[in-house]
Amino acid sequence: MSPPVAPPGWSRWLVPPAALSVHLSIGQAYAWSVFKPPLESALGLSGTQSALPFQLAIVMLGLSAAFGGTLVERNGPRWAMTVALVCFSSGFLISALGAAAEQYWLIVLGYGFVGGIGLGIGYISPVSTLIKWFPDRPGMATGIAIMGFGGGALIASPWSAQMLESFGSDSSGIALAFLVHGISYAAFMTLGVLLVRVPRGERPVAGGPGGVEAQGVQVSARSAVRTPQFWCLWVVLCMNVTAGIGILEKAAPMIKDFFADTSTPVSASAAAGFVALLSAANMAGRIGWSSTSDLIGRKNVYRVYLGVGALMYALIALTGDSSKPLFVLCALVILSFYGGGFATIPAYLRDLFGTHQVGAIHGRLLTAWSTAGVLGPLIVNWIADRQEAAGRHGSSLYTLSLFIMIGLLAVGFVANELVRPVHPRHHVPAQRKAADAERQQPESAA
Amino acid sequence: MPNDSSPSPQPDRRPLTAFAWLWVGAPLAYGLYELVRKATQLFTG
Repeated sequence: MSPPVAPPGWSRWLVPPAALSVHLSIGQAYAWSVFKPPLESALGLSGTQSALPFQLAIVMLGLSAAFGGTLVERNGPRWAMTVALVCFSSGFLISALGAAAEQYWLIVLGYGFVGGIGLGIGYISPVSTLIKWFPDRPGMATGIAIMGFGGGALIASPWSAQMLESFGSDSSGIALAFLVHGISYAAFMTLGVLLVRVPRGERPVAGGPGGVEAQGVQVSARSAVRTPQFWCLWVVLCMNVTAGIGILEKAAPMIKDFFADTSTPVSASAAAGFVALLSAANMAGRIGWSSTSDLIGRKNVYRVYLGVGALMYALIALTGDSSKPLFVLCALVILSFYGGGFATIPAYLRDLFGTHQVGAIHGRLLTAWSTAGVLGPLIVNWIADRQEAAGRHGSSLYTLSLFIMIGLLAVGFVANELVRPVHPRHHVPAQRKAADAERQQPESAA
Repeated sequence: MPNDSSPSPQPDRRPLTAFAWLWVGAPLAYGLYELVRKATQLFTG
């Protein structure tokens, strides 16, 4: 499939909704928990078993983004969005079949394996196209798309819950819900497939703070992974995500435990409200901080994420249960940095490696996310369990975890400071760039 | 006499742009509404 080149007069403001239609859909993955209790009761599964489709989907997200990135760059965003649409929707349809036949392995295969490929390819599909359309504001452009991934769960969570309520929580009700999800998401993502266009020729590039486009620096994905800059950013993303996910994953029990011994304990519904507020901060951080990075530079914004993030963790650890508003405020700031870290990384990659294969490089960097997804919850849960076994309670269950998070953020901060411009020996030679550009030119401008 | 070399008029993309943003904006607004509803429980619950 040739990359679809924009006809003259095509508005670049049509590209963000194309990207959003994909990201808002695949962001459903974070709302998988809605299906867990009905699946457990309908198919007699344990909590660990019912989490399997989600876990496999996240593993497949990382793998397909890492290994499929080069294909996405070669075949263009329309191909990638089509693959994402087919895989993500088919995943639901296979799961519908699995639920109807009460064959759980089909749900794991469908949602986890097939759907997970759709997640990975869909996640990276619009990144390099958006950066090419918005060379003056790459942070804002990728921030819009990646905000959509956070927004997807906000939509899917109440929508899926309402659907299960209407169809019933038995296996046929779940099957019908999966079927409707598959069809609806296919229709919704079609807009992205139809609208996405790559810009005609090279656009004049403003470069942004710290940008290298003006000097024409371009690095291939294969060379990028051999640079220290790639691995510094890998550590930066991994540490930032680990710190955020540590709070996000245990937010509800954490706020309840923190203030359990005070005169104003937190109820279950208030804790649910706290989790919702964190989601809002996560989403706002994605668009807000990544847009800010266009103004103050990528390195500076990561200094804020990691440095101020560590300060926020220190405030929570030191003030303990003395102030609920301060706890909530610090957690919101940390979660906004968590979202911002995700959304700013594609623009940071563009600054360092150029637009040549930025989508593929981004895909490879997402392995840091997979690592952090295991590391963050592991640290917080393991330490909380140990502290509980040692007879501790309240905020002291989490004090050690909070100090570990500060240490991780400090490691990320140092890694960010070590980021330097890429050595010229890694740059793509001009002739190869020209040949690649020629190969990517489509035969038609449809 | 018409000038053959003048560029053909480009279609107005504004309606398509508005439709595309509405397509993604409507479900997002629903999600945000549900989020705000739930978030208020922190202060009332």
